[in-house]
Amino acid sequence: MSYDEEIAQQWTTRVRRGVVDFLPPDKMLPDTQPNYVASWIYVFGVVTIAAMIIVIGTGCILAIEGPIWWHHSTLGHFINSMHLWSVEIFFFAMVVHLWGKFFMAAWRGRRSLTWITGVVTFVASIATAFTGYVSQTNFDSQWISTQAKDGINATGAGSFFNVLNLGQMLMWHIVLLPLVAVLLVVLHVILVRHRGVVPPFDEAAIKAAKSGTAPAPATEEVPA
Amino acid sequence: MDSLLGALAAIINLNHQGTFIHWGWFQISVANLVVIILMIVTFVIALLVPFPGKNKRRGGGK
Repeated sequence: MSYDEEIAQQWTTRVRRGVVDFLPPDKMLPDTQPNYVASWIYVFGVVTIAAMIIVIGTGCILAIEGPIWWHHSTLGHFINSMHLWSVEIFFFAMVVHLWGKFFMAAWRGRRSLTWITGVVTFVASIATAFTGYVSQTNFDSQWISTQAKDGINATGAGSFFNVLNLGQMLMWHIVLLPLVAVLLVVLHVILVRHRGVVPPFDEAAIKAAKSGTAPAPATEEVPA
Repeated sequence: MDSLLGALAAIINLNHQGTFIHWGWFQISVANLVVIILMIVTFVIALLVPFPGKNKRRGGGK
């Protein structure tokens, strides 16, 4: 085996070539987007990511300082509020993004995995927010956890997921679920880059197809 | 600084029990209803308002 053949057989070489084939640099960070992306409805995905960055940043500060700080200092209240309101913006933008993608059937053109990762991210985010609400260490979190325990226990998950266990909920909130949410978002964005942003429906072609003057539009549009 | 924060906080007093709306079996807090209405309004505006610089674009991209 020659030196070049040996290099080509290395797992690092094969992984690098596979990654570059799947997502070339100009697709990962494109210079331009198609014309149809110039619409406000396409903004809400990136607003969601921007809010998520603020959520994680403020969450890191809260983790460094701890509950006494966020309950009893002015700056602590401020960072705590930023954490809450960036979560509100995160879900707000995520829901508008979801509606936009639902009504443009964004799973067209072999984008089903992109859609599914988005849905699973939504569910994981709800779980992350829920564990945050029960980790506030105040009367609100006590109320929410005692109200939620019966519902969780009724599903059978209460045997390993105890909403009254503050330590467990806090670990889920600041370690496990953020890790899951971030990995899902990264995967979602990689898939968006790989397949490209879903094109709008071709209205003229649909009308023509309905009137029987032209073939139905292709729904399996995949960018080069 | 504290007086400024106090003034800002006094615009909407959230330090009270939530208000709920009932329609038969359906119940929703006013806060949640307001957020849902704002999301619908935002969605409609996003569809209708033109995006700035749209005409300058050359298109293409991947």
